[in-house]
Amino acid sequence: MPNNQILQLLKDIVGADNVSSSIADRLTHSFDATQQQFLPDIVVHAGTADEVSRIVRLANTERIPILPRGAGSGFTGGSLPIKGGIVLVLTRMNHILEIDTENLIAIVEPGVVTGRLQQAVEKLGLFYPPDPASKDFSTLGGNIAECAGGPRCVKYGVTRDYVLGLDVVTPAGDLIHTGGRTMKNVVGYDLTRLFVGSEGTLGIVTRIILRLLPKPEACKTMLVAFATIDGAAQAVSAIIRGKIIPTTLEFMDGSAIDCVRKAMPLDLPLGCRAVLIIEVDGDREALDGQARKILEIIRPLGVLESRIAETPEESEAIWKVRRSISPSLRRLNPDKFNEDIVVPRSKVPDMIRALEAISTRYSVPIVNFGHAGDGNIHVNVMVNLAESGMENKVQQALNDIFRTTVALGGSVSGEHGIGTAKASFIGMELNPATMATMQAIKKALDPNNIMNPGKIFPEAVSETSPSSQPS
Amino acid sequence: MAIQKTLEEYGAQLAQCVRCGACQAHCPVYLETGSEGSVARGKIVLAASVLAGDIDLDERLQEEISLCLMCGSCVTKCPNQVPTDAIVAALRRRITADQGLSPIGKGVAALTGSPTLLKGVLRGAGLLSPLLFKKIPATSGLQLRFSPDNLKERTLPPIPDHHLFARLPEFLEGQPDKPVIGFFAGCAITYLYPAVGEALVRLLQAFGYPVSLPKNQGCCGMPALSSGNGPLLDKLATANLAAFADREVACILTACASCHGALAGHYAEKDGYRFDVPIVDIHAFLKQEGIIDQLSALPKWPQRQRVTYHDPCHLRTQGITQAPRELLRALPQLEYIEMADAGLCCGLGGTFTAAHPELSRAIGDRKLAGLEASGATLIASGCPGCILQLQDIINRAGLPIRAVHTLELIHQAITEQHG
Repeated sequence: MPNNQILQLLKDIVGADNVSSSIADRLTHSFDATQQQFLPDIVVHAGTADEVSRIVRLANTERIPILPRGAGSGFTGGSLPIKGGIVLVLTRMNHILEIDTENLIAIVEPGVVTGRLQQAVEKLGLFYPPDPASKDFSTLGGNIAECAGGPRCVKYGVTRDYVLGLDVVTPAGDLIHTGGRTMKNVVGYDLTRLFVGSEGTLGIVTRIILRLLPKPEACKTMLVAFATIDGAAQAVSAIIRGKIIPTTLEFMDGSAIDCVRKAMPLDLPLGCRAVLIIEVDGDREALDGQARKILEIIRPLGVLESRIAETPEESEAIWKVRRSISPSLRRLNPDKFNEDIVVPRSKVPDMIRALEAISTRYSVPIVNFGHAGDGNIHVNVMVNLAESGMENKVQQALNDIFRTTVALGGSVSGEHGIGTAKASFIGMELNPATMATMQAIKKALDPNNIMNPGKIFPEAVSETSPSSQPS
Repeated sequence: MAIQKTLEEYGAQLAQCVRCGACQAHCPVYLETGSEGSVARGKIVLAASVLAGDIDLDERLQEEISLCLMCGSCVTKCPNQVPTDAIVAALRRRITADQGLSPIGKGVAALTGSPTLLKGVLRGAGLLSPLLFKKIPATSGLQLRFSPDNLKERTLPPIPDHHLFARLPEFLEGQPDKPVIGFFAGCAITYLYPAVGEALVRLLQAFGYPVSLPKNQGCCGMPALSSGNGPLLDKLATANLAAFADREVACILTACASCHGALAGHYAEKDGYRFDVPIVDIHAFLKQEGIIDQLSALPKWPQRQRVTYHDPCHLRTQGITQAPRELLRALPQLEYIEMADAGLCCGLGGTFTAAHPELSRAIGDRKLAGLEASGATLIASGCPGCILQLQDIINRAGLPIRAVHTLELIHQAITEQHG
């Protein structure tokens, strides 16, 4: 079917204002946070599940690649239209449909921004725990597609632990319902879990049923400075062994501290080579005891200094240190390779040592920080790709990092997903039979390979660098 | 030499955008439209694509570039501080240079030249004095902001009979040991709210300062900047620098956040268009003068109205957020309460309100929930543009709340005590 006819059919479905093939709209929907660019052919803003269904049906009939887009803030290329086609934007579907305070569930459309849902439920004394760093702008649809995590996952788990049910438009254009409003449900396969983390390759989520918790009464933030990264890593294990699960257990290694120090004055003792930021939550009167117990447990592990925030301002000052890392990274080098490996908690010290060795081996700065409490380390290889041979060097370093991760019983991605960025590495972790099983599922649901094609599984992807981005 | 940088000169800053999407959480326009082209990240991609020759300055691009309030919210929240407001201004100048002024940019000339448009104004005469535009010079930013079509649906304050310069002399004596303070009034204070300007001058005199109010100062140029009118901005900046050049003032005060943003911010982007004295917002100045202690020492009034504060974008992005609140808290006649979303843009945005009246109102209406919940009967701000817009939002919602300038309240506290 000629392009203009397809455009007309799309306009018939969603209205002319919500369909565009102008170069401006194609450019503004060509990228995500990976900074790569691929031009889609058509941008459509859908408003209802029925519209999504009709659009997907059309795409399937005409064999047009189609992919859903929320905030477009992913780090692995999940929302890049690498094969062109239709970008289906879901930001108009941004309604919180229901907050059920008796059954502790929320029903939302996929375009609802995570932070907005959190504010809404917290007003009612409820709590939606997953808190990816992008929660103020990323959407719940995107969080489900990537199975987003965040600092609070140590105690509360990740997005999948809160999804009870979904409405999904399949690649054939059918609207299916998975799970439901109840905690218990064992009817048929657990399709909900299949779709969570499927990166938009199996269907488009149009309605989400989420589990909520009562909001903890209070939380307490602590900062602990260590002389060595080993001390900090052992502290993480010691706290968990002590039967305390903090809400968050974030760490920064020496390279991250150095990096922030260059950007802003940092009130940390000299000789501090690692920092833990620990938060506990719960009943107000229990928190002081928990905080004291944590400090007692970790005292013998080379603690240089510990600080407990007494006011929200002091707590904010502690988090500011952690948040300053990312913006300060670019002072090291212009190009960032941001990986989010995860290893079993007990292996964090081994992994950090390996990362230091890799950094030395290839003489590239590697800055590490992240969610020590669940073993999820944000590894930032900072390089200048303009240097000759650097591209090759980075690939070797990344290979070493992923191999070590898998050897330690870990995973190449904890919360960012695979997309295009890590497709070439999943073979290290999944054996051929596992990968074939996944591909069989994809093929069964999407025989024409129209739904976000070219993601997750390794295939020849021509990664053209955007011509419009000066380097 | 042009006052402003070209788009090419922003090339390095364009490359600083890492497309993280953080701007989405803070862009008032994106919150309404949910469209990537509305938000900083999308505009940066468009600007970079223009420079790379991947897109022409076509109609769709122009529409997206017009969808920016230039409030600067995205800039302050950007991890890399990419100056999207300045980049949008540069892109608008490029569009104007290439294709001429937009209909809104031409609005003023058309108003006096076209009988049809004049009729439009007269039809809306219930809402405003049709004499408004006769009293206000063609170079004023008010002309650019409030095109006749836009005025039809807007409530405006009654237009005073005498503007600021008719009420005050160019120079007011003070104590001989005190330095002369310059005052840049701006169009809105001069023509719509001269009482605010008078209050400022009287306060300075109470402190013993001589005041210089050069009559040949003009519009700050913010609406010209917003509408991509580079040559007009150039002309206005040159005239304003000349107006204060021989006055030997210690500093220049502003009581309009937008004027402050222009004089202290956009003028200084390139060398050669800088005032050689500091540009100081009145709130910051009064705090520095120690007026907060004086106000706090005044006996509290028995009946106190509740007042809240709206952050004008051009003060908030300059970090001036605490001084106005501290001043309001110190007032004896009022009880201060913080409202939710005090820092949300009012939606006026220079010529934005003229180009996108419905969107402007929708953005403004986001203020209402916080304002109503605060229970305040007064909302103070430090920008006449915001005050005008806030009062319009309030009137349309039928609320018994008055929008005022912080200075009016400070003036009231002091004069009614003296009187």
